[in-house]
Amino acid sequence: MSDPTEISEEVVSAAVTAALTAISTAADSAALRVVRTEHAGDASPLARLNALMRTVPNDRKAAAGKLVGQARGRVSQALAAREAEIGEAEARAQLAAETVDVTAAASAWRPGARHPLSLLQERVADVFVGMGWEVAEGPELESEWFNFDALNFDEDHPARAMQDTFFVDPPEAHLVLRTHTSPVQMRALLSRELPVYVVSPGRVFRTDELDATHTPVFHQIEGIAVDKGLTMAHLRGTLDHFVKAMFGPEAKVRLRPNYFPFTEPSAELDLWHPTFKEGARWIEWGGCGMVNANVLRSAGIDPEVYSGFAFGVGVERALMFRNDVKDMHDMVEGDVRFSQQYGMTV
Amino acid sequence: MRVPLSWLGEFVDLEPGTTPEDVHAALVSVGLEEEEIHRFDLTGPIVVGEVLSIEPEAQTNGKTINWCQVRVAPGDEVAADGGPAVHGIVCGAHNFAVGDKVVVTLPGAVLPGPFPIAPRKTYGHVSDGMIASARELGLGDEHDGILRLAALGLDAPVGTDAIALLGLDDSAVEINVTPDRGYAFSIRGVAREYAHATGATFRDPALAVTPAPSSVEFVVTIDDQAPIRSRIGASVFVTRAVRGVDPTRPSPAWLIARLKLAGIRSISLIVDVTNYVMIELGQPIHAYDLDALAGGLTVRRAATGEKLTTLDDVTRTLSPEDLLITDGSGPIGLAGVMGGQTTEIGAATTNVLVEAANFDPVSIARTARRHKLPSEASRRFERGVDPAVAAVAAARVVQLLVELAGGVADDLGSLHDATPATEPIFLPTGFISGLIGLEYTGEEVRTSLAEIGASLQETEGGLSVTAPSWRPDLTDKWTLAEEVARIVGYDRIPSVLPVAPPGRGLTRSQVLRRQVAQTLAAAGHTEVLAYPFVAEKANNLFGAPAGPVVPQMRVANPLDGEAPFLRTSILPGLLQIAHRNRSRGLTDLAIFEQGQVFRPLAGAVYGSAVVPPGAVRPSAHLEAELNAGIPPQPFSVGVVLTGNAVRQQPGRPAVAAGWQDALAAVQQVALATGVAIQVRQGSHQAMHPGRTAELFVTTDAGAASVGFAGELLPAIARGFDLPAVVAVAEIDLSVVFARAGAELQATPIRTMPAATQDLSLVVDVVVPAGEVLEAVIAGSGSLLDHAELVDDYRGAGIPSGRKSLTFALRFRAADRTLTAAEASDAKLAGVAVAAARFGATLRE
Repeated sequence: MSDPTEISEEVVSAAVTAALTAISTAADSAALRVVRTEHAGDASPLARLNALMRTVPNDRKAAAGKLVGQARGRVSQALAAREAEIGEAEARAQLAAETVDVTAAASAWRPGARHPLSLLQERVADVFVGMGWEVAEGPELESEWFNFDALNFDEDHPARAMQDTFFVDPPEAHLVLRTHTSPVQMRALLSRELPVYVVSPGRVFRTDELDATHTPVFHQIEGIAVDKGLTMAHLRGTLDHFVKAMFGPEAKVRLRPNYFPFTEPSAELDLWHPTFKEGARWIEWGGCGMVNANVLRSAGIDPEVYSGFAFGVGVERALMFRNDVKDMHDMVEGDVRFSQQYGMTV
Repeated sequence: MRVPLSWLGEFVDLEPGTTPEDVHAALVSVGLEEEEIHRFDLTGPIVVGEVLSIEPEAQTNGKTINWCQVRVAPGDEVAADGGPAVHGIVCGAHNFAVGDKVVVTLPGAVLPGPFPIAPRKTYGHVSDGMIASARELGLGDEHDGILRLAALGLDAPVGTDAIALLGLDDSAVEINVTPDRGYAFSIRGVAREYAHATGATFRDPALAVTPAPSSVEFVVTIDDQAPIRSRIGASVFVTRAVRGVDPTRPSPAWLIARLKLAGIRSISLIVDVTNYVMIELGQPIHAYDLDALAGGLTVRRAATGEKLTTLDDVTRTLSPEDLLITDGSGPIGLAGVMGGQTTEIGAATTNVLVEAANFDPVSIARTARRHKLPSEASRRFERGVDPAVAAVAAARVVQLLVELAGGVADDLGSLHDATPATEPIFLPTGFISGLIGLEYTGEEVRTSLAEIGASLQETEGGLSVTAPSWRPDLTDKWTLAEEVARIVGYDRIPSVLPVAPPGRGLTRSQVLRRQVAQTLAAAGHTEVLAYPFVAEKANNLFGAPAGPVVPQMRVANPLDGEAPFLRTSILPGLLQIAHRNRSRGLTDLAIFEQGQVFRPLAGAVYGSAVVPPGAVRPSAHLEAELNAGIPPQPFSVGVVLTGNAVRQQPGRPAVAAGWQDALAAVQQVALATGVAIQVRQGSHQAMHPGRTAELFVTTDAGAASVGFAGELLPAIARGFDLPAVVAVAEIDLSVVFARAGAELQATPIRTMPAATQDLSLVVDVVVPAGEVLEAVIAGSGSLLDHAELVDDYRGAGIPSGRKSLTFALRFRAADRTLTAAEASDAKLAGVAVAAARFGATLRE
């Protein structure tokens, strides 16, 4: 383009048209940078026209200045608009290019899991802790006195035979793997100030071979309350509250007469289980009753002054009916797929 | 206990149409738990038939079959199956003759099996039904041919429904009898309970027979020189003789059917009668062949080494605790458990001596257990038999032997009854209401107790209650409370939530154990629960780093003889579980378990020689002794990793699990408990010598070892059928928890700009990086904000035997922006300490 020699409308207009055309056809920010240099840079036609302002006579200076100024304004506006447009398109393209397959995320983290039997025991404990009860614990290898005699098991009670109870050598040392968590109750009564309200979850042992419904090592949760004036109505009230907390407001408890050495009166504890997938039903869950006077006496507590209630439920059994676990093997074999179904909740 | 409904209905009114399910529901409500329902699983048409003709036909297979014409309906009437009055039937048995009445199962009938009957082509005939044997009808185990009605002493017109005739339309409910309800091991007891549950009228069968005194004394001597727990072995002993019993008489069908439903096989009329009376009244009966007895009977304890061959043809060596029945010949029975062979009722017995005794429950229980001989009799004696029913039961046996077996009641007999009087129980007014939490009226209390058979007397402030003879379990006012509560109904007990005193929440140990488990699980480990039974060598391997033999406890009666010891470590169980998972194709594993381990101390003697009695608090001294006798059982956590810690994924290669992962788990436990766990290069007999960390916590007494972490010795991993690289960690949580809970004193957060510097130090390769870092931190002083190891370089540019450790350091002052010179000075102070301790030099 030859150098213009004067500022005329045609020349300015031609420069603007050329600039706008170039701006509108610039495809990306690199092209637009070139266009900016060519049409708005120091050597662009409009810049050179502007330089001619020195030569314009005074009487035409205002008109010429306006002409060139407006022309430069239009070009720089067009440049800005196009720049924004291209910037946006390029950002979009960039993001589009960064698309991943979110279903194929790679991670250095592997999922772990709690065992549902542990989680279930914690849940039950939490319900009772919420009621002000405390969680008591004791040894798994226990003295025969705590496991049997103190709990009103006669020395000839069949449960004390080696066909039911694990003894450790030598048997004359009278140490057994506890057959229930009840010795913990006795320990609580002996070591705590009255009144006592405790639950004791834990592992217990009986000489049953492993099959679909039995395991020699299993878990129980027992509770005992000893206070002045406790009644069987309090037992029922406690159990009702407990099962509603565990199984929802429709859950309830039914008591049926039964026999246990450590309670009198004794009852079988049936649970109305409202959330079973095949429909609500009664489930035998455990035993309960008023603490036998001889058990209180074993702890040096006068049964004429204090009374108490106690209950016990099986944790494996709860997992079976609650979560529809059909085979005990799954709970004891340690196959990680079993725990991993539950993850961190039960 | 199985209760045939027809039998139950003799002593308590059953509403017409009462089903076994109804009976179960009623009994459950008073505490007799339901088990199964038993029936003769057959349906008709099954009728009485008369054999009109028998044509024997020899077969090519050597057998002879009989082609019989059997009349199954009178005259020209249509038979019960819609067929003709006379059916042609092929029969393989030969124990019948023309004119015999037999049981014919017609087409359409179904026998137990199930075995449906249909016309069937066989041996060239169409056999239109079957002549049944007792076994096919489910009545017995007899193999010798078909059932002739005459053999049961029965006759009935042709076409009669044989199901009703034989009592096969009856059914029985089975219930579980708890140890305190021995009397419910009888129809009598169950009928009484059924009456309690339904309000129906009860007729006590014990009042239906009156024992007649015997005029000729049969000599019985009770000579118990060694009572167990000061209880004489036999408190009641009744004998009665019956002569002239016809040994050829069969047991009637109804009796066989009832016994069968009650779970007892028919043997012979005499034996069946004794069993029948036992089921009816709950009194075990023994019958002797009177002619085989040598003189009178003596009840005594066995001498050491004495022998007896019992009815089951086993010769048993007796214990001095066994109670025996003896005659002039020596032992003839294990009292209350099983009779002996020499005086057994046989096929030719005509004169019978009936024994009904009451034996001590403990003595019988011990004998039955010792000889592994649980019998119908011992099961009843163990739970307690009504001492007042013995004479009645003996009279009932006599009555039935006269009625059914043609015997004659004899004057010979005896009665010994040394039952102690029942002590009355004082029941204070209001006690039961106060214990149950329901206001019972005086009327409810009295009626309930009277209903169970107790006798009552009003006394000052309450009732004097004498329990009935069949309820030895009623011993105090609490047992009476249960009776009133269950007779009135447990469903009436209200629901009242008691308010416990404010609790203190979970203990620190309980909270920390949850956190350890949650943290390990959240960090990718899966919790498992192993049995605590292991082999001795597994305990020796992992139990303690101290020596080759670890003190451990052995289970006296293990289920698995290969693993009789209690675990001293969590790891053996985890390794076994890892193997099980791998065998199921789950090769990438990170598992943990938290639990108690059993750690007896070397040289200590555990247990106690004596067990104090129950119902009384042991002295403080005795209680302490019991507690001291229990070995330590601390909480421990174990972790096992094998396979890949990170699996191969798009854009990410697999990373094998190794010692670092075990140490990461250790730090997760440290985080969960808030207790710093220090790591030092260490050794352990089960572990890789170069890849083992010993773990310590700081205590007031210095560093205390809490476990180890690293990789197993490859040979040991292979011993567990695991791959060569298995990372493990075990931490004694009891020691860690003891350090937990100190209240942290917070460090103020510095907000001034930081100066970061890298530091590369060259040390001998054997110098632990962790200790170099500690030296740098110690030397750099208070301006050091953070320091970590970022590289360990060996090779070109570094002398052989040395390594270059690079640390990223961040310096920051609390109150000003640091100058580069201040930061450098601090760094160099750190270098100086590292140089002094380890000969560290700055890398050029």
